[in-house]
Amino acid sequence: MRKTLTLTTAMLLATTGLASANDDLMSKMDDPSQWVIQTGDYKNQRYSKLDKINKDNVKDLQVAWTFSTGVLRGHEGSPLVVGDTMYVHTPFPNIVYALDLANEGKIKWKYEPKQDPDVIPVMCCDTVNRGVAYADGKIFLHQADTTLVALNADTGAVEWSVKNGDPAIGETNTATVLPVKDKVIVGISGGEFGVRGSVTAYNMSDGSQAWRAYSMGPDSDILMDPEKTTHLGKPVGADSGTNTWEGDQWKIGGGTTWGWYSYDPDLNLIYYGTGNPSTWNPAQRPGDNRWSMTIMARDADTGMAKWVYQMTPHDEWDYDGINEMILTEQEIDGQSRKLLTHFDRNGFGYTLDRETGELLVAEKYDPAVNWATEVVMDKESDQYGRPQVVAQYSTEQNGEDVNSTGICPAALGSKDQQPAAYSPDTELFYVPTNHVCMDYEPFRVSYTAGQPYVGATLAMYPAPNSHGGMGNFIAWDNVKGEIKWSIPEQFSVWSGALATAGGVVFYGTLEGYLKAVDAQTGDELYKFKTPSGIIGNVMTYERDGKQYVAVLSGIGGWAGIGLAAGLTNPNDGLGAVGGYAALSDYTALGGQMTVFALPE
Amino acid sequence: MSKIAGIAAAALIASAGLALAQDAENIKADHEEGGRWFTVDDIPTFRVTEDGTVDYPVYNGYRRYHSECHVCHGPDGEGSSYAPALKNSAVNLDYGTFVSIVAGGKQEVNNAQNQVMPAFGDNANVMCFIDDIYVYLKARGTDAIPRGRPAKKDPKTEQIREDENACLG
Repeated sequence: MRKTLTLTTAMLLATTGLASANDDLMSKMDDPSQWVIQTGDYKNQRYSKLDKINKDNVKDLQVAWTFSTGVLRGHEGSPLVVGDTMYVHTPFPNIVYALDLANEGKIKWKYEPKQDPDVIPVMCCDTVNRGVAYADGKIFLHQADTTLVALNADTGAVEWSVKNGDPAIGETNTATVLPVKDKVIVGISGGEFGVRGSVTAYNMSDGSQAWRAYSMGPDSDILMDPEKTTHLGKPVGADSGTNTWEGDQWKIGGGTTWGWYSYDPDLNLIYYGTGNPSTWNPAQRPGDNRWSMTIMARDADTGMAKWVYQMTPHDEWDYDGINEMILTEQEIDGQSRKLLTHFDRNGFGYTLDRETGELLVAEKYDPAVNWATEVVMDKESDQYGRPQVVAQYSTEQNGEDVNSTGICPAALGSKDQQPAAYSPDTELFYVPTNHVCMDYEPFRVSYTAGQPYVGATLAMYPAPNSHGGMGNFIAWDNVKGEIKWSIPEQFSVWSGALATAGGVVFYGTLEGYLKAVDAQTGDELYKFKTPSGIIGNVMTYERDGKQYVAVLSGIGGWAGIGLAAGLTNPNDGLGAVGGYAALSDYTALGGQMTVFALPE
Repeated sequence: MSKIAGIAAAALIASAGLALAQDAENIKADHEEGGRWFTVDDIPTFRVTEDGTVDYPVYNGYRRYHSECHVCHGPDGEGSSYAPALKNSAVNLDYGTFVSIVAGGKQEVNNAQNQVMPAFGDNANVMCFIDDIYVYLKARGTDAIPRGRPAKKDPKTEQIREDENACLG
């Protein structure tokens, strides 16, 4: 009797705590003076209602203050502002600083985890980290070695920590986490090491595991109901996570989950994408390789999948599907719908109904994309929802040890993780893109736990017969599936965009410029060269009635590797080799935050 | 070859240019065995003919480098924002040192940097082709071949095919 009573009280407390944790976080997200999770809000819109900096006065922007993180290498993600405190994170060793905005940015506390440096080389493509998240009085840090730590937001004291994966078998982390209700949703990296991807929910109060959903494997692992979980409106059926794989390949099947997460509180669904199947050699893994390369909609409480959509069945190009899912409410054919828009690495911009998973639009958002002619939209066709692969660019059809040339986009995709922004004022998406093509030669590799498991050689170069640059910053209409305007950039745009109610859109460039453009026209309104190349995401906050814009500089990530020495097109012949811009001519390693404001 | 000799050779290469570079003792191809070239000291090296045809190991080294190494060290051995240009390391380090770093790894972790080279000793995709990667990088480091995929290559010999199968298992 007494035990039952205690249990009931505990449940009551838990329920109360649950509601308030979520309400508190959502009210903070609604307050434009703060920026409390990396994506700004659950919708991943990266839109701020702040308008004191606007398209007329942004030309007067100045540097208000700066902060050096003390760490070199690639700085992805952005600072957070919660109340009087700014939280700044770094790449490995994943330091977190709490800066007191009421006291000129004085360091309130600093947290530096002790991590085995052996995790560094197991991270594909630099030691980036896409930042911390706030909820329920805690700062959540998901370290490179997959340790998830809850820090007391006031003191930096560790409240709990839990290990999500094992770097010894190639499991690492670069992503941020998403706090939802009483849980923290986390992903995992390691698609180039044969890791089987998963998403895990940990209870916010004590770090205990609530659920885990793998990207492939038996139904009990992938948390799919053969009858109720749908793919393009039809039940996925039994064993959908193993029956498109040969043998045990699914056990090292990739489909990692290192991108961004969004959440619809009304539907109680979280949305994210899964990465490439491993290896990169398609001949070693016949079949569709479900559910790699898939948009997932899962119940936040249980992890059960409501619907899924596999964008690139049987990947042959490393077009990870992990890019962000941006949630909007817009009219289509006079009817208001709950939409999900996603700019995939494969070069198609997808618009779906996020309640049902119905595919509404799939169009190329870079005209250079050539590996597929189209995505079939006819629901009656047996090809419905499938990209129509061009034989010439199929590394599967051309075979092992054959170099397929001129494939667009390159493996880094028409866009990688660098998140786009959406303005409800213009109903346009502002998308940082890559304009890079590749040659791809797959070959046989053997699997060793904890060692790279790649199986292809790539050469990348700027899209031929175009402006010669490696990037574009575009405005996209997700209902029509059309580019509204496009700004050519010399290098890939690897910085997350920010849209504001002031009619200004901000983004950073690999040379190090913070740029402000007109949200309607794309006209450049302001630029400033920060100390190092920008692969971080632009954020904004307000303090004492003044609007600030902040961004991290620090060249690195995949861009710092691929572009440091410049690219060459092996198909151009000898004369053109070295003819493209080298990033090392423009910027060098760094680790700084620059905060901008208008003059008094 | 000692480190000092390596540096001296590198300096010589830098000042004397391409022709001399390919004649340096740790570079110059002396004899061939089953499609692979070696220096007079039996150190693996490359051979590029006048029309730009590379030996098969150089071509295979290009492929394997861009599968296993370039995610840190950048395309064509040119280095990245944080990892050194291996086209220079292959020329500046002696063969034994080069192989031992690849097999055993290397760490420089301090306040200024977090550089960690993993140990590839038990990675068949690297170690079976370590000589190929080495001669490819030496060819790049001496500018004997330009950036990008080698356009023309010698055929894969039976010896190389047998060795590959035996090593990969």
